[in-house]
This record gives sequence, structure tokens and C-alpha cells, in this order.
Amino acid sequence: MADLQVKTRNPMPLRDAAERTADFREVALGYDDETAIAEASRCMGCKTRPCVSGCPVGVPIPEFLRLAAQGDFEGAYQKIGEASSLPAVCGRVCPQERQCEAKCMRGIKGEPVAIGAVELFVADRHMQQGGSKISLPKPNGQRVAVVGSGPAGLACAGDLAKMGYRVTVFEALHLAGGVLVYGIPEFRLPKHIVRREIDELCAMGVEIVTNAVAGSSFTVSELLSEMGFEAVFLGTGAGLPKFMDIPGENARGVFSANEYLTRVNLMRAYEQDSETPVFRAKRVAVVGGGNVAMDAARCARRLGGEEVFVVYRRSEEELPARREEVQHAKEEGIRFEFLTNPVEILTDGEQNVTGLRCVRMQLGEAGADGRRRPTAVAGSEFSLAADCVIMALGTSPNPLLGRTTEGLVARAHGEIDADGDGRPSLAGVFAGGDAVTGSATVILAMGAGKRAARAIDAYLRGLHK
Amino acid sequence: MYKILKKRMLNRTTVLLTVEAPLAARKARAGQFVILRADGRGERIPLTIADFDREAGTVGVIFQVVGGATMTLASKQEGEEIADLVGPLGIPTQTAGLRNVAVVGGGVGCAIALPVARRLMEEGAKVTAIAGFRTAEMVILEEELRAASHLFVLTTDDGSYGQRGNVCAPLSRMLGEGEPFDEVFTVGPLPMMKAVAETTRPRGIRTVASMNPIMIDGTGMCGCCRVTVGGERKFACVDGPEFDAHLIDFDEAMVRLRTYSAFEAKSREKHCNLFRMGSREGE
Ligand SMILES: Cc1cc2nc3c(=O)[nH]c(=O)nc-3n(C[C@H](O)[C@H](O)[C@H](O)COP(=O)(O)OP(=O)(O)OC[C@H]3O[C@@H](n4cnc5c(N)ncnc54)[C@H](O)[C@@H]3O)c2cc1C
Ligand code: FES
Repeated sequence: MADLQVKTRNPMPLRDAAERTADFREVALGYDDETAIAEASRCMGCKTRPCVSGCPVGVPIPEFLRLAAQGDFEGAYQKIGEASSLPAVCGRVCPQERQCEAKCMRGIKGEPVAIGAVELFVADRHMQQGGSKISLPKPNGQRVAVVGSGPAGLACAGDLAKMGYRVTVFEALHLAGGVLVYGIPEFRLPKHIVRREIDELCAMGVEIVTNAVAGSSFTVSELLSEMGFEAVFLGTGAGLPKFMDIPGENARGVFSANEYLTRVNLMRAYEQDSETPVFRAKRVAVVGGGNVAMDAARCARRLGGEEVFVVYRRSEEELPARREEVQHAKEEGIRFEFLTNPVEILTDGEQNVTGLRCVRMQLGEAGADGRRRPTAVAGSEFSLAADCVIMALGTSPNPLLGRTTEGLVARAHGEIDADGDGRPSLAGVFAGGDAVTGSATVILAMGAGKRAARAIDAYLRGLHK
Repeated sequence: MYKILKKRMLNRTTVLLTVEAPLAARKARAGQFVILRADGRGERIPLTIADFDREAGTVGVIFQVVGGATMTLASKQEGEEIADLVGPLGIPTQTAGLRNVAVVGGGVGCAIALPVARRLMEEGAKVTAIAGFRTAEMVILEEELRAASHLFVLTTDDGSYGQRGNVCAPLSRMLGEGEPFDEVFTVGPLPMMKAVAETTRPRGIRTVASMNPIMIDGTGMCGCCRVTVGGERKFACVDGPEFDAHLIDFDEAMVRLRTYSAFEAKSREKHCNLFRMGSREGE
């Protein structure tokens, strides 16, 4: 019995699949105190701390788990806070199975410690207790502008505020949070959690200006001159959606995942009184295999999709989505068409989507990125009926800033060319997150924001010496 | 929050709002647009900037009440606030070097034609303005357009005011008479802009159309504003909203504009019912 407990993790309690596809409320219910303590106690406290090496920002994992195991949840939260700004978010959305949990020694003979679930628990507990009483240093009077309010911008702003800088965050949309509010759905990351994080920033004196588009309402060089900022951080993300360039892609009923998800999440189109429309279809095909594809498919299911299927050109093993999302999608009745690639979107005489023409794929040799390259199987064409197609093929950085910022160098896909500390070759300008790496993860964006905050501090200290 | 400083009905269904929005006014130029949201439940509505005042920090927009979201916006009164206004977005109208231009507007599109005509006048170009409406009671901005042009022609489909017929008739006549326009700028309903493009195509006169597709963010993030121009995919919010009218796939644009027509009909009905209930209470 004891042995079994050690080998298997405490499962995250979930809402029943039939119940949860009827609404947008959170799927995971979270641990209770006893379960959190039991799960944290599974940590063996390895001296070599392999889990920490798996964490992109180096959260002191064994240390926070030890505190949690002792029931000191606030202590555990503060421990995570040494390395991370958004524990309640990361606990929910990090691909732990590929990071910390992949390195956990418990995983060799059983299941790894559910590090993400314990992180989520202590973060939520911290907020229930009323959040942080942060004692801020004396303001140093220097002003820094942060462009974009996704995880990169929020983390950078928070760390700078803690160092005494006066920070203003400029966000193009009407709501701060970046992908956390417009992309990731409520049932996976409730929006009140993001709002809480942002409220904490505001309590630290960070000013957030929404409806402000850098590169159009003002330029980066104006921020550094007449607008009075001494440094600028660009955390503008990678929002530009890709399409496949196949016939029928502009028909009625074909959407980028960004459009579909923005309508649902940012504009709350699933609520009765929202003025924003969303396309409600019975048979929905989602093309792609990442988190974005899973989110779009699960939203479509909740919006009345009776048959929702994910069309992915590689096999299940290569799915880039978090494993948990794939599992949850399956439980919710989402079907998968693996090794399948659309070649045409079929339409009726009025340009309404009626289906997809696809080919079967096979995996060949590994390509430069180390992943096996899919190629079409000759003569394998077939059709799938659908009345809506959602393209979740990935995104690249928005070209707007590059077009209007002299001296900002863009790489092949529009990424801002910057060094490890987020320094593009432009005085006073720093960058990080998806804008630099192309679409990646919340934790990497957050880590980049924190690193840039340190680099900005060093830069401004040098300037004022 | 953004305060409504002025509200005026230009006809029964067309509203002019002047809104306090210093950040958008700072950089606004003819041809650009803003996105507004009436309140926390509101849809993001893209509207072309009809006029702006940098010193006063205000932006004027003109819109027709067509669906639920514009009804909510139209219900706001002077002195009240709207939740959001962001801009300026899109690429400004390119007027440099133009000497002789026909500005052709249809319906509420005349609100967009006006700042373009004004700007061309300021830059010393010869401006011919042609404004088309369905019927006399839909006419807007007649005096303003007359003042912003050297020659002004007004048409109504039913002949109840001005010349009878659509905007293409006078345009075609002028072209036939050999008027050497170096550009025709058009903005209005898609079928009208398509017809204008077909009118100028045989003569090879450069024609620019201002597109008004469905949008959400207006920053290039969602792709719902995509328009096919010369076989290429363009995002109207960042690559436009103005494109070479001879290269635009107008038929596709018409299909895309109807994406949510069923939803819009329903929301219009819902709103009308609310209005009806409201007015009954007021009786
Ligand atoms: C649907 C979806 C699901 C995802 N799921 C996961 C997941 O489960 N786990 C995970 O780790 N990652 C996930 N990701 C990826 C993750 O969300 C991103 O890597 C992360 O948000 C990047 O953060 P960022 O701060 O760099 O940019 P963003 O979050 O993209 O924020 C950028 C912000 O900048 C604003 N902006 C852009 N241009 C301008 C401008 N010119 N002026 C002012 N503001 C501007 C944008 O409006 C946006 O708010 C997901 C992404 C999507 C789209
Ligand atoms: S409106 Fe979203 S990309 Fe243009």
C-alpha cells in the first residue's frame, strides 16, 4: 500500500467530462491540504536536484516541496517566488511532463511527483490568504516603459517595480494579460487568476495603459525621448497567425485559431450577453497539434460542436501539446486524425465550408529540428465533412514594431534579434518572450522578462554612475 | 474611459461621435481607423477616423447603426463615456504627388471620403467629389464634401435628390470627357467599390479602395480581416485598409463580410425588442 502510494502520484481531481463540456469553468478542481502535503512528501529531496535543471527558470523545487510537505504553504509560495513571478499561471499551463517532472527521480520506477499540481495549490492558497504584502524600496524616480502585457511584460514590470523603478505597461488590446487572456481559455486558466496577478502589479505602483499600440499610437523612439522613459522593454509576443495557402482558406467558416480563441476568451462570446459573435458549428476540424489546437478544439466542443476533430500531420507521439491537454481533449470526445494533412478546403456554391480534402502522411528521416519529417502518401486523398475549419498552425512575431522602429533588426520570421539578456542593438531597448523566440511557452517568456529586468537595471545603473 | 464630447445624428441611422482620445488624436492621419468598444460587453468596432483635432485631443467617427454593437454605441449620449478607443491603426492614405483625384464615396463611406478629400485639397490637388446615397433622406455631409472639393456631384439611386443613378454614371462621364485623373479613391459598400474599379479598369487609372472587413484586434493578430489582393493574402488592419482596387477580390470580400450575418440578425432583433420594451416603459 505504502509502496503503491510512493509509486503513483495523487491524481488531480477533475470535473466530469460530460459536465465540463457544457460550460467554460475550470476543469481541474485542485488538491485539498492533505493531498497537497501527501504529494509534496513524495519528493525524495535528491541532492543533485535534477528537477531544477529541467525548469527553464530554475524554481527551487525540492525546497518548495519540502515546505509544502511540512504544511508551510506560504513558505512554499515564497520559495517559488524567488524564481518565478506567475506560479498560479505556470502551475496550470507549464508542460511539466517535458520539464521538471521529466527529470524527477520518482519517474524512473513510478510516476514523477506532480510538481505542477502542488505549485498550483500553494499559489491559489497564497491568494486566498490575501496575496502579498510587498514592501517596496524607495522609488528611484527612473521611468521604464514595457510594451506588451503578456507573461514577459508582466514579469519584467514586476521585477523592475520591486527594484524601485516607475514602470508603465502599454498594451494594444483593451485588457492586459497577452495570450493569458486572449488565447488560453477560461476552463484551463480562469481569467480571475490573471487579473489577480495584474492587480498585484498595480498595487506595486505599476501603471497599465491599455488601448496603446506601440509603433502606431507612438513609436519606440518617442518613448525614449519626449515620453520620458529611460529604457523600454518589448514583450510584444508572436501574434501573427499562419495559414496553409491552400484553396478555400478564405471561405466562410475558416478561422485562424487566434481569431476563434480571441472571440471566445477575450470577447467572451460564449456568454449570452456578449455582443461579439462566434461561429457555432456542428462539425469542426482543427488543423494543428499544439496547445492552441487543443484549446480551439475544446472551445468548439463547448460551443455546441458535436463532432470535433484535430487534423495533425505527424503521429500522436509528436504532438507538441501538453500531454494533459491531449488527455483532457480525448475525455471530452475530441477525435484525432493523425498523419493527415489538408490540401484543400471544400465549399458549396456560396463559399460555405463543407469539408476538407486531405492526404495521409508518413514519417521519414529526422529533419534539422530533430523531428521526423512527414511526407504525403501518394494516392491517399480522402475527404472529411466539416462546416468549420480552424487553423492552428503556429504564429510569428507581429511585424508592426519592426516596421516602425528604426534600428530594430528582425530575423527570418520577424523575431527581434536580441542577445541572451534581451538586448537588441539599440540603445535603451530590450526585448524578450515570444517576440524574440517565436511562439514558445509562458515560463520561457516570463524568464526572459525577469532576465531583461536585471539587464535594464544594470544598464540604467551604468548610465547614472 | 473615453468621453463623448459631441454627438450628432447625420440622418436617421448615421451618427457622428466626437470622442476625447488624446493618444489616438496625437498621430491620427486621413485614412486610418480606430477601434471602439461601447462598454464591457461590447464588440470591438473598427471605424475610420472622420476627423481629428490634435490640440483638443479628440477623434471623430461616423457610423451607421446596423447591428447590436452599433446600437449600443449609438445609445451613448454626449457627456457619457465609452469603454475603449484605440488607434490610430492602419496605414494612412497616400496622397503625396497626386494632382488630380476623384474621391468617390457611397453612403456612410462618405465619412471616410471627406478627410481624404480635405487632405488632398490642403496639398493642392484638384479634387472631384462624387457622393452616392440610396435616397434623399440618407444624404450626409453634403456641405462638408462640397467645401472639400472643386467639383461636387451628388447622386441618389432613386433620383429623389441630386442626379439619379449611382456614382459610376458621373465618373464614367468624366472619364469619357477625358478628365485626366491620376487617381480615383473610393470608399463605400463593396458592390459599389467593385463597380468603380470596373469603371476605371479599361482606362488604366490607378484606383484605391478603402476596405472595411470584419476585424477584432486591428494589430495583425487574428487574421479575420484578411483580403486577397493580387492573389496575395493581406491583413486590412496592418497592410491596409487601402488597396489597389483593380487587384482586390471583391467577391470573396463580400462572402467574408457575411460570416456572422445570422448572428447579427438575431442580435438586431434582440436589441429592437429591448428598445421596444424601453419605449413602452417610457410611454
Ligand atoms: C491558445 C494558446 C495556448 C497556449 N498554451 C500554452 C500552455 O499551455 N503553456 C505554455 O507554456 N504556453 C502556452 N502558450 C504559449 C504562451 O502563451 C506564450 O508563449 C506566451 O504567452 C508568450 O508571452 P509574451 O509575453 O512573450 O507574449 P504574449 O502573451 O503574446 O503578449 C504580448 C502582448 O503584447 C501586446 N502587443 C503586441 N504588439 C503590441 C504593440 N505594438 N503595442 C502594444 N502592445 C502590443 C499583445 O496585444 C499582447 O497582449 C499558448 C499560446 C496560445 C496562443
Ligand atoms: S483585425 Fe485581427 S488581424 Fe486584422
